[in-house]
Amino acid sequence: MEANPMTQDIRPEITPEPPAPREAASAAMSEARSAEVPDTTFGVIEHPDPIINCRDVNVFYGDKQAVFDVNLDIGRHQVISMIGPSGCGKSTFLRCLNRMNDTIDIARVTGTIELDGQNIYDPKIDVVPLRARVGMVFQKPNPFPKSIYDNVAYGPRIHGLAKDKVELDEIVRTSLERAGLLGEVKDRLDQPGTGLSGGQQQRLCIARAIAVSPDVILMDEPCSALDPIATAKIEDLIDELRENYTICIVTHSMQQAARVSQRTAYFHLGYLVEVGETDKIFTNPTHKLTEDYITGRFG
Amino acid sequence: MGTCPKQTGAGLTSSTLLLLLVAITVTGFFLGRRRAVALAGAGGGIRSLHSLPGHYGLFAAIWAGIPAVLMIFLWQSLESSVVTDLVIRDLPAEIRSLPDARVGLFMNDVKNLVAGNIISDELTPEIRQAADHLERLTLLSGWARTILAAALAGLGLVLAWRLIRPELRARNRVESVVKGFLIACSTIAIFTTVGIVFSVLFESARFFKSVPITEFLFGLEWSPQIAIRADQVGSSGAFGAVPLFAGTMLIALIAMLVAAPIGLMTAVYLAEYAPRQFRSVAKPLLEILAGIPTVVYGFFAALVVAPEIRGLGESLGLSVASESALAAGLVMGIMIIPFVSSLSDDVINAVPQAMRDGALALGATKSETVKQVVFPAALPGIVGGLLLAVSRAIGETMIVVMAAGLAANLTANPLEAVTTVTVQIVTLLVGDQEFDSPKTLAAFALGLILFVFTLALNAIALRVVKKYREQYE
Ligand SMILES: Nc1ncnc2c1ncn2[C@@H]1O[C@H](COP(=O)(O)OP(=O)(O)OP(=O)(O)O)[C@@H](O)[C@H]1O
Ligand SMILES: [Mg+2]
Repeated sequence: MEANPMTQDIRPEITPEPPAPREAASAAMSEARSAEVPDTTFGVIEHPDPIINCRDVNVFYGDKQAVFDVNLDIGRHQVISMIGPSGCGKSTFLRCLNRMNDTIDIARVTGTIELDGQNIYDPKIDVVPLRARVGMVFQKPNPFPKSIYDNVAYGPRIHGLAKDKVELDEIVRTSLERAGLLGEVKDRLDQPGTGLSGGQQQRLCIARAIAVSPDVILMDEPCSALDPIATAKIEDLIDELRENYTICIVTHSMQQAARVSQRTAYFHLGYLVEVGETDKIFTNPTHKLTEDYITGRFG
Repeated sequence: MGTCPKQTGAGLTSSTLLLLLVAITVTGFFLGRRRAVALAGAGGGIRSLHSLPGHYGLFAAIWAGIPAVLMIFLWQSLESSVVTDLVIRDLPAEIRSLPDARVGLFMNDVKNLVAGNIISDELTPEIRQAADHLERLTLLSGWARTILAAALAGLGLVLAWRLIRPELRARNRVESVVKGFLIACSTIAIFTTVGIVFSVLFESARFFKSVPITEFLFGLEWSPQIAIRADQVGSSGAFGAVPLFAGTMLIALIAMLVAAPIGLMTAVYLAEYAPRQFRSVAKPLLEILAGIPTVVYGFFAALVVAPEIRGLGESLGLSVASESALAAGLVMGIMIIPFVSSLSDDVINAVPQAMRDGALALGATKSETVKQVVFPAALPGIVGGLLLAVSRAIGETMIVVMAAGLAANLTANPLEAVTTVTVQIVTLLVGDQEFDSPKTLAAFALGLILFVFTLALNAIALRVVKKYREQYE
């Protein structure tokens, strides 16, 4: 990523500085500079059948604000991808959706995020059932130091989803099946999950997440540590999962966003710049910054 | 001149000589570097050198310093015996024909005379003569040493000077010398350990000659004091160590029952729940607890805890010995709490945050996360820490000496006085002892058992840790 366009992008109320002479030489660069973060998000933030509505979401780390006034609907049984340059607040925003930011002492979230009409930041809300409904898969596969079986069974066990061993077996089996891992591990369910390959571990983490039957699965760069083949498997998986789950995926790969998602949100410096149908964003972006990013001019 | 109080060496004193060598070595470094740079300047610049100029300097310094220093050490270690032998050889025949022990005494007098100390016998002309001889030889040796060292250093320097040329692989040479030095350092520790083990082994073997090993290992009575009586050496003292092992185990068990739960829960609280400010205060405080000398714990146990327990027991109608295993075990447990908590805290902290996030993101509560994910992941380290604490408890001496008593009771009742292996080692060796009586030698046998036991414990700890590793990584 080139540093200059990033650091020079500023809010509208601040007058842009005249370009420094040595940078003015590049036409592309001065063009990028003229693109500013918009006051309101471009594109359509609403969705006809939303499962999550975010309104005026701001996130602060201590005094530093990382996410600014994000308004966004997330459609039911859809894949929405979030893209943007590094450090633009994608992960931070994603972690708001299941209140994982609570685990960071200095993080503070304002605004409302409604899950099926209920504000998850309502003080009366308990994060435990919330996180059971909104699962998460992390950038680095993080299986527990337990057997494959116990990894998948962990969620159902703590939430009491199975009334006996038979039911639990069934949940584990279907979750692994859905995650496309069953064939590879069915003979060694009692072996440590940490003994699997990176791609298998990531699918194990996905199986673990779907074993508690969440409504939404958040994925933060789930393929960034994987090779193309494992990545392809996980992308296929995401496509299938869409039938039953809503998926929010953060990715640095524009191809991946184009392949797996129906809607795409472009973040920049903590602002949601543009959101819309994935096809539209990638073929005909409205905002200059979005266009620059997806055409690879920076980021 | 024979009686004047004088030093034993002559020429330059050791420290001056070493200083001189350091000076030569440092000079060697600069000369070597200069030479390398000069040679390089003549043909193709610094890059034509195989190594950096500094390496050539070190190369020269090594040649100048190391042979000379080795020579000095060698000289030092041989000097006194060679000189003594030479003096003895020139003694009058009637003295030389005395038994070895008498000759030794005579030489002691000679050395005392040279050093200006009081001698045991009257001052005979023989002694005076031998003393003069000794002094002359020592003086000579001192000068010889000085001259030899300086010569060696100079020779080394010249040799290095001539060896230095651009193709010389100075860096590799220097590095292999450094490697040799590191190996030497590590072998010192190893040899010391091996030496200790062997001396303990040999002394124990001597002990087992007078007391059968089966009696020692399986005998139920321990009363070594009887054996002191001269007419009954070794035969009637009871050297059955089982009561000691039992006492040791009992106290270690009580200590671990105190330390393991409290230490672990402290660690879990500190690592997972405590606010940062609290943690930053509590952790150093705990470490202070670990720094209290054990003798302080000892009198705390003997003067505060033991009477308290006794009082409490009596109010409940129990008979409690004034020195009880319970008091010693409790205080020892408190002593090792910081051990357990600090080690476990480190281990728990080392569990990656990703593990916690994974569980929390599934909707696990904090306590579920800690119990089911963090704790199992940290278990290998925790087990290792606990076993270390056990060997600490077994080896601990001061507290038990003061609070557990000396009576070798074979009992599982923590309210009675018991004694431990370490306590008995102390009591066996305190005071004047005949050095080869079974009573003294028993200390070595006990030490051997203690050593074997701790070794086994560590081996088990490693096995356990490894097994968990395989399971969890
Ligand atoms: N725990 C934290 N404490 C303080 N600041 C943080 C923390 N996490 C993130 N930030 C800051 O918040 C901003 C957004 O970070 P975030 O991780 O959301 O970016 P991102 O878009 O996910 O980037 P990437 O693509 O590199 O993952 C960054 O400026 C970052 O420095
Ligand atoms: Mg991120």
